[in-house]
Amino acid sequence: MSQATYGFDDDCALFRESARKFLGANADLAALRQATALDPEPMRMPTAWPSDDAFRAGAELGFVAAAVPEAQGGLQLPRAALAALAEELGRHAFPSAIESTLMVAFLARRVADSEAGGALLGHLAEGARATLAVCDAYGEWEHTASVTHTVSGSGALTLTGSTHFVQDAGKAEWLVVRSTGPDGAALVVLPRDAAGVTHRRDGIVDLTREQGTVQLEGVVAEASAVLPGGDALLASAMPDAWLLLAADMVGTSEWLLQTTVEYAKVRTQFDRAIGSYQGVKHPLVNAMMSVDRAKSLVYAAAEALDEGRDDARLLAHMAKAAATEAADFTSSRAVQLHGGIGFTWESDVHFFFKRNKHSELLFGDAAYHKARVADLLIDG
Amino acid sequence: MTTAPDAQAEPRREQEEFRTYCRAWLHDNRPPPAPVRLPQHPIETMTRAQLDYLQAWQKRCYDAGLVGADYPKEYGGGGNKGFQRIANEEMNRARTPFLVNMIGLGMAAPTIYHHAQEELKRELLPGILSGEQIWCQGFSEPGSGSDLASVQASLTPDAASPGDFLLNGHKVWTSLAHFAQWMILLVRTSREHKHKGLSYYVVPVEGHRGVTVRPLIKMTGEAGFNEVLFEDTPVKEAWRLGKTGEGWNVAMTTLLHERGAGPLVTPAGGVGSEGLAHNVRGLIALAKTQRRNGRPATEDPQVRARIAALAIRERGLAENGKRARSGTLVDHPMRLPLQVKLAGTELLQDLAAAALEIEGPAASLYLSDERAPAEGQWPLAYMNSFGATIAAGTSEIQRNILGERVLGLPKS
Ligand SMILES: Cc1cc2nc3c(=O)[nH]c(=O)nc-3n(C[C@H](O)[C@H](O)[C@H](O)COP(=O)(O)OP(=O)(O)OC[C@H]3O[C@@H](n4cnc5c(N)ncnc54)[C@H](O)[C@@H]3O)c2cc1C
Repeated sequence: MSQATYGFDDDCALFRESARKFLGANADLAALRQATALDPEPMRMPTAWPSDDAFRAGAELGFVAAAVPEAQGGLQLPRAALAALAEELGRHAFPSAIESTLMVAFLARRVADSEAGGALLGHLAEGARATLAVCDAYGEWEHTASVTHTVSGSGALTLTGSTHFVQDAGKAEWLVVRSTGPDGAALVVLPRDAAGVTHRRDGIVDLTREQGTVQLEGVVAEASAVLPGGDALLASAMPDAWLLLAADMVGTSEWLLQTTVEYAKVRTQFDRAIGSYQGVKHPLVNAMMSVDRAKSLVYAAAEALDEGRDDARLLAHMAKAAATEAADFTSSRAVQLHGGIGFTWESDVHFFFKRNKHSELLFGDAAYHKARVADLLIDG
Repeated sequence: MTTAPDAQAEPRREQEEFRTYCRAWLHDNRPPPAPVRLPQHPIETMTRAQLDYLQAWQKRCYDAGLVGADYPKEYGGGGNKGFQRIANEEMNRARTPFLVNMIGLGMAAPTIYHHAQEELKRELLPGILSGEQIWCQGFSEPGSGSDLASVQASLTPDAASPGDFLLNGHKVWTSLAHFAQWMILLVRTSREHKHKGLSYYVVPVEGHRGVTVRPLIKMTGEAGFNEVLFEDTPVKEAWRLGKTGEGWNVAMTTLLHERGAGPLVTPAGGVGSEGLAHNVRGLIALAKTQRRNGRPATEDPQVRARIAALAIRERGLAENGKRARSGTLVDHPMRLPLQVKLAGTELLQDLAAAALEIEGPAASLYLSDERAPAEGQWPLAYMNSFGATIAAGTSEIQRNILGERVLGLPKS
């Protein structure tokens, strides 16, 4: 019997193959370029990539179901497969709500036995989109909440406030909202079209993503819509969000690395390929090493999470920190080593550069995750 | 030599059994404390007392099957596959002393195994694995370091023994030559071609005619490497590895293994200077004993961030090793193996640099001062780390190799 490293078995390899095929056919940089062509008025930015038609096709291929337990109609593949999927999405800078939905799937499956959790997983298995709406205006999710609720005699909640940096807010059919009330924090599952929910699309740098601010005005949710566990549940599910973002950055960074390497082979200055200069070659090698470190940590975190190991959280922090640093370095070198063309809107480099920056800063930057690593290793 | 390390499926149960066996044996056979201070790394071994102790330990490990597990039985090995890595992991975990015959195990043995005639393999490999024959490597010369192919030491026919040769030349930085019985040697056999004019031999050192070994002192104050001068030293035709003029290709096998990227897993593991760990765990232990700004150093946010960053690199490197064996989660078979030496040595250097900063002015205290934190081992480790980023191909050369061989960039 062969031992699958990080749980990445033959089924996972097939799954990744189908993701590659799908993205090969559906991820179209030319279309992305066209959709994001600049407004004739230069300072009026194009809107973020709007369509998510591909989501349904991806869902049919099981992209989301791969994270849903079999009991709720899913496939429950090892996380290594989902990491590989996120990596491919990043490598293609693919605009879609797949990753947001996966983050919700990983959260919900921790409480699959509850009414709210089971129902939400059922929706996801059928192809619905969902997203986490947990951050305040500073992007924080662990301290004070910007949504509050009151509880009526029947146990129904009434939510008011706003939640920020909600990924794919315009596409998601379901929101998992963090709010605080007299009984502490609650995670509430809401249909995005529930009465009192409005959202406003953010104007963002990353043209491959979609993000919004969600406003809640006296939104009523039944007690059965509350996921059990509150903040402890959210805390236990965050490592999966970091894992997916880290994997996405590994893919995006690998694209930037390979594209820059190809450019360095053909671009000549002073009668030599620029890639023959050590001032160009060595940073590319450093970028490769940073990507590899991040990638190995992503798979290690995926396995530790699957196995419910004690070091899973540590590894997820390490993966997000390492991927963030790899993304930052690889993106910066890609623009720099492309020279003037790299600084233009015409070169595709900027799509990947911006996608990386978005992932780097979302749900904790490198400094945040390194601080947690230190807490766990030194005090923990 | 572009094969990936053993990516094959491994029979799990036998491996688990071997691991259990290694663990138990190492637990029951821990050697008595060394009568002398041990070096941090095999190639820093400088005194006979250090050597005797370490050589005896390697012999016991060999007899127990922990050294050479992956080599065929007819060459003195254990005849298994995928076992050496487990023995190495267990020797590291047990923190027993390291295996001293490092050049023999890491460079000579795999090269002999891949390129020597059958008879020579049977003659030489068992002594390397058991550690009874210490080996050294005569590649570098005063003028040929990074540009290894510019080697000048040369062979001329030996009139007294037809078919055999006389060797003349000057090798330098030759680690362990002061104890060595044998050397792997790169020599020039033709001046017509740079690379194709090289041949690869094994030659006796200790007591061999015309060989002079002169110790060099390192910046750390330790001895451990040498100059080796050859004056009409007899070399037998039978000692050649590979064909005449193909020494460069044979040397590639040596270098690949020297840099941790060869197909055979090098028997290695254990620690030097007892009780001290030159890793993140050791760094945290150190930080807990030091103070900054009147508080424990572990409360300093800069120290915490630095420790975290190093911990991430350390774990990333370990996970690279695991991913390299997956076969399916790597795009280029040499991409991860060729990073091992570069990333590992630079990590060690940065770990030691962080340790010195955490120690503060106390990092000025060296081995001879009993007030030195961690017995003065971190300043020593910091200096020694430059040996590691220079020897076996400098970091600059490693980056060239990775850029050219893995990324496919044009030659510098
Ligand atoms: C502790 C230690 C143990 C050693 N043990 C052995 C041994 O047992 N046997 C043996 O044969 N040798 C041994 N060596 C020698 C070692 O292999 C050489 O020192 C090494 O290859 C560098 O060669 P050099 O010293 O001639 O430096 P040089 O090649 O002169 O290099 C000087 C500097 O120039 C840089 N440089 C050179 N060429 C390039 C290039 N193309 N691109 C970019 N930068 C470049 C180098 O990176 C370095 O920074 C040992 C060295 C040390 C430090």
